[in-house]
Parts: sequence; structure tokens; C-alpha cells
Amino acid sequence: MLADKDRIFTNLYGRHDWRLAGARARGDWDGTKEIMDMGPDWIIDEMKRSGLRGRGGAGFPTGLKWSFMPKTESDRPHYLVVNADEGEPGTCKDRDMLRFDPHKLVEGCLIASFAMRAHACYIYIRGEFYNEASNLQVAIDEAYAAGLIGDNACGSGWKFDLYLHRGAGAYICGEETALIESLEGKKGQPRLKPPFPAGVGLYGCPTTVNNVESIAVAPTILRRGASWFAGIGRPNNTGTKVFCISGNVNKPCNVEDAMSIPLKELIEKHAGGVRGGWDNLLGIIPGGASVPVLPKSICDTVLMDFDSLRDVKSGLGTAAVMVMDKSTDIVAAIARLSAFYKHESCGQCTPCREGTGWLARVMKRMVKGEATLGEIDTLEQVTYQIEGHTICALGDAAAWPVQGLIRHFRPELERRIREYRDAKVRDKAA
Amino acid sequence: MSTRSLAKDQPASFAFNADYIAQAKRVIAKYPAGRQASAVIPLLDLAQRQEGWVTKPAIEEIAKILDMAPIRVLEVATFYTMFNLAPVGKTHVQICTSLPCWLRGSNDVVRACKEKLGIGMGEMTPDGSFSLGELECAGACVNAPVAQIGDDYFEDLDHASTGKLLDAFKRGEKPKAGPVIKRDSSAPAGDAITLTENPAPPQKQDFAAAKAAFEEAKAEAAAKAAAPKA
Repeated sequence: MLADKDRIFTNLYGRHDWRLAGARARGDWDGTKEIMDMGPDWIIDEMKRSGLRGRGGAGFPTGLKWSFMPKTESDRPHYLVVNADEGEPGTCKDRDMLRFDPHKLVEGCLIASFAMRAHACYIYIRGEFYNEASNLQVAIDEAYAAGLIGDNACGSGWKFDLYLHRGAGAYICGEETALIESLEGKKGQPRLKPPFPAGVGLYGCPTTVNNVESIAVAPTILRRGASWFAGIGRPNNTGTKVFCISGNVNKPCNVEDAMSIPLKELIEKHAGGVRGGWDNLLGIIPGGASVPVLPKSICDTVLMDFDSLRDVKSGLGTAAVMVMDKSTDIVAAIARLSAFYKHESCGQCTPCREGTGWLARVMKRMVKGEATLGEIDTLEQVTYQIEGHTICALGDAAAWPVQGLIRHFRPELERRIREYRDAKVRDKAA
Repeated sequence: MSTRSLAKDQPASFAFNADYIAQAKRVIAKYPAGRQASAVIPLLDLAQRQEGWVTKPAIEEIAKILDMAPIRVLEVATFYTMFNLAPVGKTHVQICTSLPCWLRGSNDVVRACKEKLGIGMGEMTPDGSFSLGELECAGACVNAPVAQIGDDYFEDLDHASTGKLLDAFKRGEKPKAGPVIKRDSSAPAGDAITLTENPAPPQKQDFAAAKAAFEEAKAEAAAKAAAPKA
């Protein structure tokens, strides 16, 4: 288990003062100017060497992403946009950072913006997080008042403005280009890439969109050094990570631990184990609603990181672990996710708009077994017609849970179909 | 996708009150000149806070303030599900029924609401005091099941505690937001095994040494690039 001294989010549970004085006592804003004095190139290089991979789901190396921004300022200003539109079912890690460690994020915004030559940053927070947004706004105001951000941020001579923008309830706005559209005052419908945001983003200007956690860990990484962060976890899967453990466990919780911690250890150590014991486990969705479910046999040994979960045809995603014990109706569970994606499709691309509705309707019948055996193959085939055929990854995200269900729980689907059919035959005979 | 349209019965007019006009001005100032359309979601939110829901006259007024075509504001109002396009109760109760909440009994929470309030999903009590709705993932999954009432989250609910919570609202009280069981926010219930020490500032790296190493590596790379290829 990770030692407390290696935890970044030392106020994850809000047991301490989240305001400026408390944050400073925990080491935030300590030597920020020193870090900035090292220069943008050093900062980006240090982030690259830390091995930090984006914490929003895709796992793209953060330092590399920062390096895609133009190296010099032009008449088009640069922007950093922080994605705080957390809403992937199972995921609630950013919420704790926003409400209990907001200064880590504010400091991260300054340093990341400086490294990317941005004088302005927008934090796009989901509308439902009203109280979280209030705390964050207080932190922003405190930072302005203390001269930490503003015209001469931390005395570095760098002008930096930070704005909070509240959304209004659209999961799709967590997709970076949909978020940019939304920030511009439009419907949150994703843009075709290329051009990528680093070239043409917010208001047509160079923009980088990062997850809250990716930005909030940056100051600590730079302060303690890339080698410290890179020394935790496994190569290519370094650092600490905040995991959200929900569902049928004895003590659901958020916890920060080392990347690559075994899934079983994570649940048993931090979440009080699976309800009814490990042997009562049916399956786990290890990285938020969009990644495929894993059966117990894989959960026994798999490590919680990008590469090992990819190797078992799932993903780390946002590290939102949803645990389902043997009392769970697994078909209904996945059908619930299909209903979610149907609701949240933005309607722009036909395969997703029509496909998510189709998946939801067929999955609803699969729960009862009201289908033919051949329809399982049709269902799977349709998921592959959605996947990869849409502008953004929401189509993929809708397809993967259904694929995971068919891959690991096909006998359950078949059993229901047979039972439903047999019951129909009996009814007719009676 | 969810398709939503405006309510049939609409008021004749809308105007922001003085306080909200001032707030709207502050919001618009966050965005670069000419990019005032960025303020459309915050302004719709203000209109909803003032009226309880988003009305057609409000949409037209916001379009005027932001110099947008009314249809652009309308499409935003119908796209984002936090905007109520018809009146809701004074206390608007929304239950998250997404997977993590469902796994921990959101069906019981919904049942408790229906029993206590005597209304179904998407309905409002005749006196207009309560309305009930569904929420697609509140983003508080380790505190499931979750209800959002007004701006607050109420967490770790079950059938009994939901009933008690609604009773408190009925009595006109303002219950404390957060978990209704004994636990600190998202921490595991019971004795803490992490973050038990008083958090101390972390050790800083030697910046001068780091800078020197960085410059050295950069010079080396430059020399390598300049050297003639063998």
C-alpha cells in the first residue's frame, strides 16, 4: 500500500481546511515561482519524464500533449481548458479534488498554462457540481487576492487569468471538442479532428484540454521531481491514481494508491472487500461505464493500470471500479448502461444516434430473454458497426459494455432466451 | 439522444431582476470581446434560478442580451438536461438511477420518493411543492445511492433514510447535504487506514541540480544533432 507521504491528495476526504491557509500548510503554492523560473521547456520535459498519462480516460501522455502547443505566442492567444465535466458512471474522483483540494488545481492551472504559453484558462465544471464549483471559486478568488494568479502570478511576471465555467448536464461535454463547443455557447457536439485543439481549439485558438486530476497532480510532480512519480507503479503506468470503488463492496470509497495495484488488493484493502466475500464476486467494470466488464477469473489477478487492463480487452479509463456481486442481474446492469448512452448521445452521427437507441431497445429485451439466439450475434455485429464509425468515442463507449457482456456472459444471455422461449411454449400448451 | 421541447403554456414576458443583471454582466466579462455567446449556459442558469424553469421569453431575452439568434439559445436550452423546460416543484428531487446507484438500491430510493410524495417520475405534487425526476449519473458513485435536491447532494441513501429526508423537507427544514450515514465524504466508512497522518508538505527536489542536468542533456542532444552523420 502506498505510504501517506507519497499521496498527492492529502485532503481527499475533506478532513482538513481546504482553503488557502490549509492548502499552504500541506505544501501547495510552495515554490511555485521557483518551478516557473525553471522555464516552460523544463516543465514539459519534467512532465514527460514523470510518465504521467492523462487521467481523464484515454491515458495520453500529459507532457507530450503539452508539447504539441505552439512554442511561441502569436496574435492567437493560447488557452488551457480543464475538463471538470465528470460524469462517466462510476467516476467521482475529480469531485473530491474540486471541493477539498481546489488549490492543487488552481496552482496546476497556472503552471500548465505557463508551460504552454497560455495567459488564460477556463475550468469547465459540470453543472450539477454546484457546491464543488462554489469551493473552487473561493479558491480562485483567494489566489487572485494573494497575488498567486492575476497580472503578476506569484511574482513571476506572467499574467494569468483563471475562469470557472459551469455546464448544464450533458455527459458528451466531457469529450474535449464537445466541451470546447459548449464553452463557446453551443450545443455540445464534438468536432471532427483534425484540426486538433492544439492547432484550432477554443475560439479557433491553440488549446489544450486536460482532466482535473492530470492538472492537479502536476505541481506536486514538479516539486518532488519526475523520478519520484516515475518510481511508483510500473513502467509506462507510473505514479499514483485516485480510484473510485463503487457497487457491491462493503465500504465504497475513493482512495489514492499506486498505479498497477492488483484489483483484488485494491478492493480488499480499501473497500472492505466484496459484499459476501471475494468468491461472491460476479464481475467488475474496472474503469468507468465505457470499458468492458471483466469476469471474476480475470479480476483475481489483473493489475489496475492502462496496459494490463488493455491486455484483457478492457481499460483503465477513469479508474472507476464498479463491483457486481453474484446477486447482480448482469444483463440488466449492462442494459442500464445502454440506456445511459442512448440518453447521452448528442445525435450528431447516425451510427451513434440510431445505434445507441437500437442497443438500448434490444438490451431491454435481452434482460427478459425476449429474443432469438441469433440476435446475440446481430447485437454484437451492430456494436462493431457503431464502434469506430462516429466522430467521437461515445459510440465506442456505448458499444464496449455490450461487447464485454457477450464476450464473458454469453451463456447467461442464451439461458434467458431459452427459458423465455420454453415458458412461452408451456403457456401455449396449457 | 434525449429530445426535449418547450412547454405549451408560456408566460408573456421575462426580465432579469437587478441582482441577476449584475451577475450576468460579471459572467459575460469572463469571455473575450465578441465571444459573449459563451455566457449562454450561465445566463440560462440564472434565468432558471429566478423563475424556476426556462421560459420562451427568457430565451428571447437572453438572445437579445448576448446578440445571438433566438434559435441558437433555444437549441442550447433544449440540449442541456439541467434546464427545466416546464415548471418544477419548489423542491425539485432528482434521483440518480445510473449503474452504481442502481447496484446499491436506487430503486428503493425511487420507491420511497413515490410513496412519500404521492407522485411518479416527471410529476409534480398538486400544490407545486415537490417534483420528482431522474438523474443520469450524479458523479458521486462511491456515495450511492444519491439524490440531488436543489443544488445539494444527499448520499448513501436507502428507503428509510429517503423517507426521513423528505419528511424534513416537508417540514420546511434544510437538511445538511452529504452522506446520511456516518462517514466523511467519500472516505470508507469506519476506521481510516489511509491519510491517517497529519499531512506535511512534501520534500522539494533540488531545482538547481535539476536545471543543470536539463541543460547538460539539452547541450548533449544539440551536439549530437550537429555532429556529422557517420
